Amino acid sequence: MKRIVREHKVRNFHQAKWDEPVIFELHKPGERGVEAPKAESAIEAAVGAGVSSIPDSMKRQQLPALPEIGQAKVLRHYLRLSQETLGSDFNVEIGQGTCTMKYIPRVNEMMIRTPKMMDLHPLQHEDDVQGILEVYHSLDLAMREISGMDRFSFQPSSGTQALLTMASIVRAYHESRGEGEQRNEIITTMFSHPSQAATAVVKGYKIITVMPDADGFPDIQQLKRAVSRRTAGFVVANPEDTGIFNPRIREFTDIVHAAGGICYYDQANANGLLGVTRAKEAGFDMCFFNLHKTFAAPHMCGGPATGALGVVEALAPFLPGPLVSRNGDRYELEEPGDLSIGKVRSFHGVAQTVLRSYAWVRSLGAEGLLNVARVAVLNNNYLYHKILQIPGASAPYIQGNRLEQVRYSWQKMTEDTGVTTEDVTRRMCDFGLHYWTSHHPYVVPQPFTLEPTESYSKEDLDEYIQALAQISQEAYSQPETVKNAPTRSTVHRIDDSSFDDPAEWCITWRAYLKKTATSQDRQQ
Amino acid sequence: MAQPKQTVMHPYIPNMIPEVQRQMLDEIGVERIEDLYRIIPDELKLNEKMNLPPALSELELRRHVQKLLNRNQSTQDMPSFLGAGCWPHFIPAICDEINQRSEFVTAYAGEPYEDHGRFQALFEYQSLVAELVDMDVVNVPTFDWAQAASTSLRMAARMTGRTEVLLAGTLDKDKLKIIVNYITPDLTYQMVDFHHESGELSLQDLRGKMTGNTAAVYFENPSFLGTIEPMGQQIADIAHEAGAICVVGVDPISLGVLKPPSQYGADIVCGDLQPLGMHMNYGGGQAGFIATRDEEKYVMEYPSRLFGIAPTIVEGEYGFGDVAYDRTSFHDREKGKESVGTQTALWGITAGVYLALLGPNGMGELGQTIMQKSQYAAKLLGQIEGVTIRLQSPFFKEFVADFTQSGLSAADVLKQLRAAGIQGGRDLSSDFPELGESMLLCVTEVHAQEEIEQLAAALERICSRGMEGAECR
Repeated sequence: MKRIVREHKVRNFHQAKWDEPVIFELHKPGERGVEAPKAESAIEAAVGAGVSSIPDSMKRQQLPALPEIGQAKVLRHYLRLSQETLGSDFNVEIGQGTCTMKYIPRVNEMMIRTPKMMDLHPLQHEDDVQGILEVYHSLDLAMREISGMDRFSFQPSSGTQALLTMASIVRAYHESRGEGEQRNEIITTMFSHPSQAATAVVKGYKIITVMPDADGFPDIQQLKRAVSRRTAGFVVANPEDTGIFNPRIREFTDIVHAAGGICYYDQANANGLLGVTRAKEAGFDMCFFNLHKTFAAPHMCGGPATGALGVVEALAPFLPGPLVSRNGDRYELEEPGDLSIGKVRSFHGVAQTVLRSYAWVRSLGAEGLLNVARVAVLNNNYLYHKILQIPGASAPYIQGNRLEQVRYSWQKMTEDTGVTTEDVTRRMCDFGLHYWTSHHPYVVPQPFTLEPTESYSKEDLDEYIQALAQISQEAYSQPETVKNAPTRSTVHRIDDSSFDDPAEWCITWRAYLKKTATSQDRQQ
Repeated sequence: MAQPKQTVMHPYIPNMIPEVQRQMLDEIGVERIEDLYRIIPDELKLNEKMNLPPALSELELRRHVQKLLNRNQSTQDMPSFLGAGCWPHFIPAICDEINQRSEFVTAYAGEPYEDHGRFQALFEYQSLVAELVDMDVVNVPTFDWAQAASTSLRMAARMTGRTEVLLAGTLDKDKLKIIVNYITPDLTYQMVDFHHESGELSLQDLRGKMTGNTAAVYFENPSFLGTIEPMGQQIADIAHEAGAICVVGVDPISLGVLKPPSQYGADIVCGDLQPLGMHMNYGGGQAGFIATRDEEKYVMEYPSRLFGIAPTIVEGEYGFGDVAYDRTSFHDREKGKESVGTQTALWGITAGVYLALLGPNGMGELGQTIMQKSQYAAKLLGQIEGVTIRLQSPFFKEFVADFTQSGLSAADVLKQLRAAGIQGGRDLSSDFPELGESMLLCVTEVHAQEEIEQLAAALERICSRGMEGAECR
């Protein structure tokens, strides 16, 4: 045979398209997905129907209108939906900047799937859960080393919940000193995650947002003007979502401390920093890491997850409880004292994720973690260098190296061609790649945020770069190709006009059936 | 800064090959990786190697973790009657098959195009839970029941412009801690008494505490103490008469047999999805849901993602996407409704799979089985001298057993049960001293008749010894 020539510059991809109905349409009266367990006949003889004890006021009159579907059909349906989902396992997932989409080691997934983990009840006697308690404690020790903080809680179950916990600790700390009323402001920065501001508002704080200066650093003059006797805390990421590391961070924390505020560090962007620089030396009182980002736990379509929260000694009494402590050879659950904020999530957080991240740290060791950071930064700067060569792409603010990610801009391309960053999002699907823009508001115009992590090879990065280069070329030569994308994805352009119209939006199938009913349907 | 001593390839880090690094550094135009860190001042750099245990290979890691986990005794190793917010239930194999799919495990925040399947699966979960609770709007799930309740209360406060909430006195004290932390400082709360004989909420106390500033009344059905609240409609009426919103927390697995709260006046329904297909995972299986009517004033107060169905430019094609995205903190930062972020989406998908498998009849039959088994356990325990089953209201899957008459403390009983190879229920004596030396026992469809009888036999032995001891004293 003749050699098969493979010369595509971009992947000749097509996403699975099953044209799958909504699950209610699979309903076939009488079919069953699984048998519900039955009570033994002796039990039935002893207590009767059981449900007869329900008071009439609380008896369900009609069974829920769930579909009836055979087991194989249910399986097939959901397997098809899974194929119509582009997990990070399937693509060069560097387009979701700020989220550190790194390789998820399969051995960790395998190890959590044992009854010794899955079938543990969170209120079991301590003696029966020594293994998982040791995992909590050991990861706490590792996190202390990585951050310089003195104590970690794994109860917060996302970055957002960790931020809420930190804002709660800020409030409890100032209240314990009689300054709860007076200190009612939290300072954040524009290039930080929206949850920093949003969670501080939940805890009753007024928000002051420091804008970037000409180089993209948070404006230190604005910070100096912002602090006062009303300052409760300062929350910031470093690097921020631009990938620009603020070298004056110690001055920032000193300014806030001088005003009596607490400094807390959003370490969602920590992947370039492991073993390089720590929260402690930068002057922070608290920090958190997303185990589902930097520490290789999977993102699971958006949780469950963990925001590992570390604090300095003075703030440890404010942590939510219980904490795990070691007493000789035994691990114990330590209930906190009166200063504690109480709890933020039930039980002990997401234990299986704590185990995954513990395993990941153990698989790398100190040197491995440092290599993670160094290669993440190398990958990012390589990508950065190449992206800037694509016509229409730029990276606003300071020139020079960035750490683990960059927020780029297509402003020039949009001005030249009318193709927007949202158009690029849809076109990237056609190449089997995910691409994200930025949180709102778009301070960087026509933004996109790439974070290559340590997980991808040079060839992987080149594939992503080539796809973006091709889209830029299309924008300048045949913009309709980009604007009409996707054409090789599961679905085509969605008409989203109903999503903001209460009369039209349909958040469930039953609402859809009601709102789209024809007069004929209504008669039936 | 610290530098790695030598290049050892790590399987998770492909670009450690020296030649590749050289090529990339040349492309960037710098000499060494350290140069890329030049922006970090020396005084902030860690100049020593972190003190961490040495790296393990995959095989070593497996041995190490297995050894650690083998120190755990799971609920598979001994009968357990713990519930109290995290419950043992039957999990169909398909639930695990789907939530272990690599696509779902590793997806995150993709668009409705490349992640069409994720959006559809979550829309379907919303739609399936909607049938269970008989309401038209359900959110992409939040962290857990406590968070769902907390957010429901804040939604009610925003809608009414009021700042106090009334909470049922039967609430789990740990859940209360979470709610209190989340609603303060903006909202205050008061606890409403419950009848210690029946477990019902005191309507008299509720009426007495309603004011023009009451934003919401919150109770659970079944309550934390297991009882079914028969007066749901009356409670909702009292709330509504005062212009307050009625929020009801519910265990969704009870809704095959119990009336959904929307049918007795609830405006907002919340609860935990963990019973619907999630392993307990030492508490890592929790996921909270919120449901409301399809009214703009409710929908616009959700902080959560809400996925909707929509047409595409191709006739006959379903598309999905975010409904009313501008209300979220993703869009509006501090001006959004509370906050949104990573929560528990995979458990939402799993709950959808579970409900699709069980179907209407399965949910009805399962509810019956649970009630039969828990009633059987209560019946056996109630026959033991020294044990009193407290709270006369009918219960669903948990009930309160009081050991005061046996002369033993609940802690003693738990200790002796454990010595007999049984994990008993949750000790209630410090959180609910009014119930004496009580524990909350959970019995579901997973408990075999022999296990229930084993529990009863062990308690009989323990109590008779306790009573003998008491007589001696």
